[in-house]
Amino acid sequence: MVESLDQLFVNLKHWALGFLPEALQPLVSAVLSIVPLVAVFGGLFAIVTIFERKGLGRIQNRYGPNRVGIPFTDIRLAGFGQFIPDGIKALIKEDVVPRAADKVVHFLAPVVLLIPVLLTYAVLPIGRNMTVVDFDAGVLFFFSVGAAVEISVFMAGWSSRNKYSLLGAMRGIAQMISYEIPLILSAVTVIMLVGSLKTSDIVAAQAGFTAGLPNWFVLTPWGFAGFVMFLIAALAESNRAPFDLPEAESELIAGYFTEYSGFKFALFFLGEYLGMFAIIGLGITLFLGGWHAPFPFLTWVPSYVWFMTKLLAIVFFFIWVRGTLPRLRMDQLMSFAWKFMIPMALINLVVAAVWHFMAGTGAARWVVCALLIAGPYVLLGRGLMENKHLGKRTYRFAD
Amino acid sequence: MLGEAIIKGMAVTAKNFFGSYVSKERLPTVQYPEERLVPKENARQFPFLVYDGDDWEKGLRCVSCQICEKECPPKCIYIIKSKDKKPDYKGQAQFYPARFDIDISVCMSCGICAEVCPFESIKMDTEFELSTGDRFGGLLLPKEKLAKSNEHYRKVHPTDAAASDAVLAAEIAKAEAKAKAAAEAKVKADAEKKPA
Ligand code: SF4
Ligand code: SF4
Repeated sequence: MVESLDQLFVNLKHWALGFLPEALQPLVSAVLSIVPLVAVFGGLFAIVTIFERKGLGRIQNRYGPNRVGIPFTDIRLAGFGQFIPDGIKALIKEDVVPRAADKVVHFLAPVVLLIPVLLTYAVLPIGRNMTVVDFDAGVLFFFSVGAAVEISVFMAGWSSRNKYSLLGAMRGIAQMISYEIPLILSAVTVIMLVGSLKTSDIVAAQAGFTAGLPNWFVLTPWGFAGFVMFLIAALAESNRAPFDLPEAESELIAGYFTEYSGFKFALFFLGEYLGMFAIIGLGITLFLGGWHAPFPFLTWVPSYVWFMTKLLAIVFFFIWVRGTLPRLRMDQLMSFAWKFMIPMALINLVVAAVWHFMAGTGAARWVVCALLIAGPYVLLGRGLMENKHLGKRTYRFAD
Repeated sequence: MLGEAIIKGMAVTAKNFFGSYVSKERLPTVQYPEERLVPKENARQFPFLVYDGDDWEKGLRCVSCQICEKECPPKCIYIIKSKDKKPDYKGQAQFYPARFDIDISVCMSCGICAEVCPFESIKMDTEFELSTGDRFGGLLLPKEKLAKSNEHYRKVHPTDAAASDAVLAAEIAKAEAKAKAAAEAKVKADAEKKPA
């Protein structure tokens, strides 16, 4: 029973494929894997926008959207129907293209954003045996395809012929390229220790429990440091606060998609959220045990439920961060990436190697690895704060 | 240490988030159509014309002097002076507005008209639910829609209405004293005339 619930969707697909002639099967199999994935994550996008607005509202002591429920009825569902009018509004808005814009590139940019983002979902193990294509270079594929997003950002910013857009694109690219390095370096530790780029191997390496706790990489010193850095870099990659400089509303209107309206704007919005889900999904796969249950007595819960629970938990954390931290300045952003994140990620690589070679020494490797991370963290943090004159600000003339 | 302040900040926002579910004081939002605040006394929206008594046409205080029309910064008042006269609150014959329109889609609620009117005639109202489907005609208020009783004024702005009532009472008293003095002078003059 538990087994069949876990494999419900996999078996359903095989059952449906059984009715088709041999020649059609590969094609239909691909469609049957892709369509539900796009539908589920598209739906998740709709719900998360509401959660985000409600959560931010509560953080700022407001209600957030709480009116719109099921259309044409009085049922309000605490505002969870808000995405329907939002979607309708985005779809029926006039699509304005600036006269000076490069029309073709302007049109292509949102498409170019969405395609690589959707492609990255191909390698995410959503549940047991539930990866669309589980091939050997999965993580590499994820990062290389994900990097194509930057092209779209630049296309949008350049083709709009708008200074705000161009500034937004410049910031976006500088930020994405800088943070891609710590992102990949922190993922490399996992790849080093697992010895495989295949996402299902990485998940399998985190199976089982020791002393009631799961064998997730996040519960090791190097894994914890790697996970934190991965999350920070993921925030920056998905242009979310406090790293939302590329679209800083108060300075750049909407950054590189200032000149987009209607459906194209919605596509950018969708692409951004799907990109965030994908990168969180990868973080879960690499550090949080993928679809594995956190406790031995909870293993009966289907694997895809665990994946989604972890995904939502991190999305809520991102919303929380967005409600807390103010936006960084460009130079702060850059110095944080180059003076803190990248050295830390490189040190973490060494720590992961130490961890590997000290296998079997028990508590000793915990102490050594934890010290190897905590020491540089404190020192680098001091270096970052030095000459900053933090504290109460004094004014020379105004007081 | 690096990151300390971030954790402190996150604690604050988490407290706000959960606190907003347990304590009502954390949520100052008034959910408007269902809940309402009592309007503040010095609130002002759009002007209205005050009348005394029961008949708005008879009791309208406006004497069509057109000062407000000239002073209104966005020029949203339109007045046509009457040809004939009608008695005002003191019983004195005065002109009255044959037409008095305010375009509240233009009015900026500055209250200048109410300040300059020498006849306590135009005052600011607190009514704000004026949305209409008719974009042009619906927001161009003629005098029959602008006229509101002095009782209404007393209700929305009690302090100001009391002051304005006092001014009018003083005016009436002055007019009465003048009439009395004139009557006495006439009696005296008559008395002086007699022996002659
Ligand atoms: S409130 Fe100001 S804008 Fe409105 S009618 Fe009076 S003077 Fe004109
Ligand atoms: S409302 Fe007052 S200022 Fe305006 S025309 Fe009438 S009496 Fe004159």
